[in-house]
Amino acid sequence: MLRVCAAVAGAVVLLIVGFLVVESLPALRDVGLGRFFGDPSWHPAAGVRGGRFNLVPMIVGTLLTTAGALAVAAPLGVASALFCRFYAPKFAAGAYRRIVELLAGIPSVVYGFWGLVVLVPLIARLQPPGTSLLAGIAVLSLMILPTTALVADAAIAAVPTEYLRAAAALGLSRRGTIFGVVLPAARAGILTGVLLATARALGETMAVLMVCGNVPQIPHSLFDPVRTLTANIALEMGYAMHTHRAALFVSGLVLMVLVAGLVAAAALLSRRAADA
Amino acid sequence: MRDGTGDVTTSCQLVTIDLPPGRARWQLAATAARLFVSCDAAIAALIWAAALSVLAAFVWIVGDVVVHGLPHVSWEFLTAAPRNAGRAGGIGPILVSTLLILAVCLAASVPIGLGTAVLLAEFTSSHGWFGRTVRRSLDLLAGVPSIVFGLFGNALFCVTLGLGFSILSGGLTLACMVLPILIRATEAGLRAVPDDYRRAAAALGMSRRATLFHVLLPAAGPGLFVGLVLGVGRALAETAALIFTSGDVDRMPESLMDSGRALSLHIYNLSMTVPGGNDHAYASALVLMALVLAINLIAWSLADRWLRRNIVTV
Amino acid sequence: MNAECGQIVTAAPVNGPAIEVQNLALAYGRRTVLDGVSLAIERGAITALIGPSGCGKTSFLCALNRLTDMIPGCRVSGSIAFGSLDVRSPAADTIGLRRRMGMIFQKPNPFPLSIRRNIDLPLKEHGVRPRRHRDEIAARALRDVGLWDEVRDRLDAPAQSLSGGQQQRLCIARALALQPEVLLFDEPCGSLDPLATGVVEDLIASFRGRLTVVIVTHDLAQARRMADHAAMFWMPDGVGRLIEHGPARQIFESPQEAVTRAYIAGRRPPV
Repeated sequence: MLRVCAAVAGAVVLLIVGFLVVESLPALRDVGLGRFFGDPSWHPAAGVRGGRFNLVPMIVGTLLTTAGALAVAAPLGVASALFCRFYAPKFAAGAYRRIVELLAGIPSVVYGFWGLVVLVPLIARLQPPGTSLLAGIAVLSLMILPTTALVADAAIAAVPTEYLRAAAALGLSRRGTIFGVVLPAARAGILTGVLLATARALGETMAVLMVCGNVPQIPHSLFDPVRTLTANIALEMGYAMHTHRAALFVSGLVLMVLVAGLVAAAALLSRRAADA
Repeated sequence: MRDGTGDVTTSCQLVTIDLPPGRARWQLAATAARLFVSCDAAIAALIWAAALSVLAAFVWIVGDVVVHGLPHVSWEFLTAAPRNAGRAGGIGPILVSTLLILAVCLAASVPIGLGTAVLLAEFTSSHGWFGRTVRRSLDLLAGVPSIVFGLFGNALFCVTLGLGFSILSGGLTLACMVLPILIRATEAGLRAVPDDYRRAAAALGMSRRATLFHVLLPAAGPGLFVGLVLGVGRALAETAALIFTSGDVDRMPESLMDSGRALSLHIYNLSMTVPGGNDHAYASALVLMALVLAINLIAWSLADRWLRRNIVTV
Repeated sequence: MNAECGQIVTAAPVNGPAIEVQNLALAYGRRTVLDGVSLAIERGAITALIGPSGCGKTSFLCALNRLTDMIPGCRVSGSIAFGSLDVRSPAADTIGLRRRMGMIFQKPNPFPLSIRRNIDLPLKEHGVRPRRHRDEIAARALRDVGLWDEVRDRLDAPAQSLSGGQQQRLCIARALALQPEVLLFDEPCGSLDPLATGVVEDLIASFRGRLTVVIVTHDLAQARRMADHAAMFWMPDGVGRLIEHGPARQIFESPQEAVTRAYIAGRRPPV
């Protein structure tokens, strides 16, 4: 009885992968993997022959938004965690942590909406149209910041107090303790958080869909609109048929593979951290 | 030998002179960066600045939604049906659909989640292959992007099982999504029950089943509840997984087989496809955030009161 | 140890007090753990703090280098003079203080870094430059603790890969590299096997005359072997107090207090 429950829970992932593979098979078979990277453009609605299936702009869009968001959120997240543990006055640390947790709880559609009505007009004033890679990076980094901050906080909290005492007894300054001892000791945990945040950023749909402009092109500047893999699915799934639909499942499969790799890497890292 | 300060001052003076070209400039930049890092006050300032900017972003987002949303929220807004594509009227049917989707999601996920958690915590060794496999796949499940859940739900529930765009499809898709959260929290709750209880129950000659129902589950109840609350929070915030499963119809649903628009999807539609829908999008966002906030507060107070030791709240 | 830096006082044991503690009291929250302790710690000598567990010896040690600052709710009163420095003063430079007064803990606590970096990091922190100079100091410190020949080929290996006794000697080398005037040992052999204990004990004994050593130990034989002075802590009313101190010989052979006599003899003292 219980085993059945557990088997169902465990099988959901298999089902997901299974359906993704089965649904994308027609496209993989008829179009072939090569054309997803080699075709001149993305016009998938015209069938196998007439359609164009180049996923590269979307992959580039996903990678750029994710990398940009990480570049902002990872240092900010670690700084937030350090603030909580070493710099904040006692009453502020708890309140600050709560606020970060609340940030984590804000629905992605609200982030997207805020980005659309507040950030995009601001960026448009700098350089139209406003819906851009930059807007996507800004909103996405806010969204993944809580993940990096909370996991880094937990990793820093797990640094044994003996190290801190030893550092104090050797007369290390607060900065010396942090950079010399705490961050190296918490490195694996912090990296795990960054990996999980990467997975979240790769998979995020609504927020980027709302602020990125969704033009399937390789951007030349931060102000150019981009389309991500996730936004591509959300935009076209509503009317996609046959090969087009299958092509969207292919992009879902690509996402799934990326995320699975990240989750596996995070699991490996946290196990190593637990061993050390 | 404590004369490091001598180096520091000379380099500082170097920094102020004109930058030499090429490689030397890089070296100078590196030296400047090192000096900056070696200055305690600079690091402290940087960290305070980071923390304050995070705080500012939070205040900005929440403040913006509250300021623009609050004037439009009223009892009428919460109960009336949307008119003119949502520009006027309210969100009554949308709240009902949202609650129905949540109900389906919980009805499906709680029994399965509870059973799995009990099995993982009480009946399998943590090193057996079965437990390990299930736990691994749950970790992966927790990381699956929500749009992929949408694809999967569409393929399985809407098409293969023939449920179409319906509240049932949407709820079942969300159930798959919240399973890992439910299971993790419940398992943590069960593991927090002291072994003494199990030993005491065994010493009294109670069966495992009786122990489970009369001792362990009541003791782990709070863990289950926290998991439930967190799962509801996640499901409530979800949008992408619902676009192609529960659909986009904003009428009052008459059965679970009807399509129903979730609150988060309503916000998306108003802001992206309805010109002039921003006012009500703000109001809907405020309602959604208030619900999520309330749920978070409940989870925190429960977690603090009952499970101070080992529940993971995020 | 190191003439060129000229910071180590190579004086004969009798040379006046290095640290003077007056009427020290220490409390965690509302619980007083130490009260009315006055003790002069002689320069260049080895002072052993003895007494049962929980009577405040470790707290006393932590008060000396202000490690008590790290314990929330810990309050200290009384005065501690370290040379001309008023240790208890809020304006006292704790970083400089801890550099001059090293501390070794019961459980070896090398940082989770390489062997080299464990010694290099604090030196760098205290502004010792250039790197070549730090390497020399590290090598000298490792030689001083007899670890050099064992680790010279694997300085970049993780410190955690060393055995317990080696780790403890690395911790001592790490403290020595800063050229302290005082070393505080909190049961340095408490988690070591007898062989490693012997090595560490000889090492500490070799500091006599060069450094002021304060050592907390539960091993009375060890205290008898190495100490010049001994101080007996006891908690007559649940609060730790210093009940007797003096030259080690006197404490171990003709103690004044009945409690000390019983403790030294391994009997349960009269209540």
